[in-house]
Amino acid sequence: MRFIPHSDKEKEEMLKEAGVATINELFKDIPKEVFLKEELGIGKGLSEIELKKHIEELAAKSKSAKQLKLFLGAGCYNHFIPSTVSAITGRSEFYTAYTPYQPEISQGMLQAIYEWQSYICMLTEMDLANASMYDGASATAEAMMMVVHATKRKKVLFAKELNPEYRAVLQTYANSSNLELKEVALEELEKEIGDNTACLIVQNPNYLGKVEELKAISEQVQGKGAALVVAIAEALSLGFLDTPGNYGADIVAMDVQSFGNPMGFGGPAAGVIACKDKFKRHIPGRLVGKTVDSEGKEGFVLTLQAREQHIRREKASCNICSNQALCALAATVYLATVGEKGLKEIAKQNNENAKYLAEKLNGTDIELETENFFNEFVVKTQGAKQLQEKLLKKGFVFGYALDEERVLVTATELNSKDEIDELIEAIGELK
Amino acid sequence: MKLVFEKGMNLSEVEVIRHYSTLSKLNFGVDFGFYPLGSCTMKYNPKINEDMAKLEGFTLLHPLQPVSTAQGALELMHNLEKMLCEICGFERFSLQPAAGANGELTGIMIIQAYFRKKRENRSKILVPDSAHGTNPASVSVCGFEAVEIKSDKDGNIDLGELKEKMTEDVAGIMITNPNTLGLFDQNILEVCKIVHEKGGLVYGDGANMNAMLGICKPKELGIDVMHLNLHKSFATPHGGGGPGSGPVGVIKELVEFLPIPLIEKKGEEYVFNYENENSIGKLRSFYGNFGVMVKAYTYLKAIGAEGIREVAEIAVLNANYLKEKLKKHYNLPFDRVCQHEFVLDDSKMPNGVTTNDIAKRLMDYGFHPPTVYFPLIVHGALMIEPTETETKETLDEFANAMIKIKEEAEKNPEIVKGAPHSTPVKRLDAVKAAREPNLRWKP
Repeated sequence: MRFIPHSDKEKEEMLKEAGVATINELFKDIPKEVFLKEELGIGKGLSEIELKKHIEELAAKSKSAKQLKLFLGAGCYNHFIPSTVSAITGRSEFYTAYTPYQPEISQGMLQAIYEWQSYICMLTEMDLANASMYDGASATAEAMMMVVHATKRKKVLFAKELNPEYRAVLQTYANSSNLELKEVALEELEKEIGDNTACLIVQNPNYLGKVEELKAISEQVQGKGAALVVAIAEALSLGFLDTPGNYGADIVAMDVQSFGNPMGFGGPAAGVIACKDKFKRHIPGRLVGKTVDSEGKEGFVLTLQAREQHIRREKASCNICSNQALCALAATVYLATVGEKGLKEIAKQNNENAKYLAEKLNGTDIELETENFFNEFVVKTQGAKQLQEKLLKKGFVFGYALDEERVLVTATELNSKDEIDELIEAIGELK
Repeated sequence: MKLVFEKGMNLSEVEVIRHYSTLSKLNFGVDFGFYPLGSCTMKYNPKINEDMAKLEGFTLLHPLQPVSTAQGALELMHNLEKMLCEICGFERFSLQPAAGANGELTGIMIIQAYFRKKRENRSKILVPDSAHGTNPASVSVCGFEAVEIKSDKDGNIDLGELKEKMTEDVAGIMITNPNTLGLFDQNILEVCKIVHEKGGLVYGDGANMNAMLGICKPKELGIDVMHLNLHKSFATPHGGGGPGSGPVGVIKELVEFLPIPLIEKKGEEYVFNYENENSIGKLRSFYGNFGVMVKAYTYLKAIGAEGIREVAEIAVLNANYLKEKLKKHYNLPFDRVCQHEFVLDDSKMPNGVTTNDIAKRLMDYGFHPPTVYFPLIVHGALMIEPTETETKETLDEFANAMIKIKEEAEKNPEIVKGAPHSTPVKRLDAVKAAREPNLRWKP
């Protein structure tokens, strides 16, 4: 087998040193009745030529965003990725390393994560950010658990326009930990929020694409001693909108797929939790801190590990160990590449394309439902699913159907005006 | 090195590339040398895996695009699940968990859901002291009490203590087998029987699956639910801390609790099935770290049935070879045939040289250190896992370095205590980092 380097002669010598005559003797502790005598039924190994053909054939069975015209987001976004990203994440100094437990030979990853934490803080105007979580949905659930532990309150509210994937993950965690998880309309918040409420979770922009006004809400929430958790599924919106820190968020749980990570059928990308200083001792996951070495030279280490599962063990409030470091690195390189100006410009392009799309759709008999959006919005039309099916035959993925007549539609910087015009033309032909 | 922001907020492409390429040179990966980090299975990551995962038919798929246009992705996931089922003997796998610990969380929630459905109130889960570090945390975040079970003098789970503690209020046990001492529990069948007889379930931590591939099936040992780490045994790179992937496999009786969606084949079409009656729900968005699955599937198709057993055989041979060479110089607290890894300690080191010193000095010899101070049951542990992809020559060089360090500890201990000498930074002040946390750059 091509990934094992041993010659037969070497194997003999090694068996001798190990004090056994055959390899099977090394497995003597395995009960005879379970020791496999036959090969597993997983097929023969393929040569690299056959293998490549097989996997390429599988890939070719799906239609990629190159073959389809996507007007689809809903928690995963088709953005442009500059070539710098794969140039760096493809360096095996980074991608073949383990977690940086030994800082003296891991300064590259540690500094990159420190830079990532800094970028996230700048973008959200939070005081600190962790080294990454699995994704936005699990980050939101862990943010909930973090506040529940910090406040010792067991009621959690979430604004009803929350991405269903995020909602499902919150529900799983709440079921396991016996939390009272309740959906709330923001205008009726006063009725539900009380002294036993740990936090209010609000997605911004919300699932329907609307940009929420949260300044007053944050004061209302904090007035009850609860925390405002802002969930962000479209990180690029931070290049266009007010920062969570500025409108009073206590914690931000975010998905950063939009920064340099391909859609990849939903993973891997990364999530992150950022928060105000008062939650410093409660934030889950790894943190990289700056320090000095024995000669006073600056360097970086994993720090505040006393919070973490492998030290606190039985007292831990979160069990995350491996995170999504390489995806966080991709996001870091993305942000460094586009820069402050570039990020704002890309975000603006998204908004302009989405506005252009909305305007053009309004010219057909499709009704616009969301006002004040960033790059996605809901439209209403009779027979939405039939329309989607017909458009798919013409190569368009027209948004995500919320029900029989409502569709969540997205435009990014990759949906050019020409492409939008083509879509409108196709809709016109069908109507 | 200067931070990227200190160079500016709007950099040219060349500045960005030089910055991160230079940073990369301060990092050590498997491609640059031996990485015997115990229980992390740092084997070589075949390059074809990377190429395949980059195909646009995988990377440029939206998770919510019509399933009819994503058939290749579903087929790959379906095939991978079938292979994992065959390897482990389980009925079904969920590929959703994003990492090993996420798999543990999934598994413990499944156990919780199983007993809730039976209306049995079981509040504790047993965790042997030789289990993985995340296990007690996974138990407690689901609201169970973690009850420790001691190891016996041979490094097996203490059967007497197990019998005593396995009571009707215990939901089950979390076993790492082979355990973190690298030992296959000689009483594994008896352990599972004791737990099952009291109505409990057995959770298997599959982080050490590399030693069992094609050798035995976890289900046949008596394990009911188990996670695998695709980023360990299945050769996907660890990415400097992730992404990993931690699929969870279960016996037939537990399929109804698996996360949604499951992938089914209906006729010639692959579909997502959200109708799993008593599912615990979702652990993360969409379907998991799909890109990692592509790499693991590519690896399994490359090695095949004949290769997979060889992986375990050579991994175990490499570990035993290295163990025998080193036990003449270092204390080996559990002197038995080991599986994929073994644990030494620093008790024989002269002049107050510690495990940490040995680890740091190994860097000067060009090696990544082993896992240190874990498992906790061995004082000053050095947990060494060579994996199957290392040559005899590399193992010999590593053994020679370890022997040399022992000699240095005798004759010139300061060189070991002051190590590393050749790295970009010297030993870093972890106490300062924790006492005066500096976690971000400020403009």
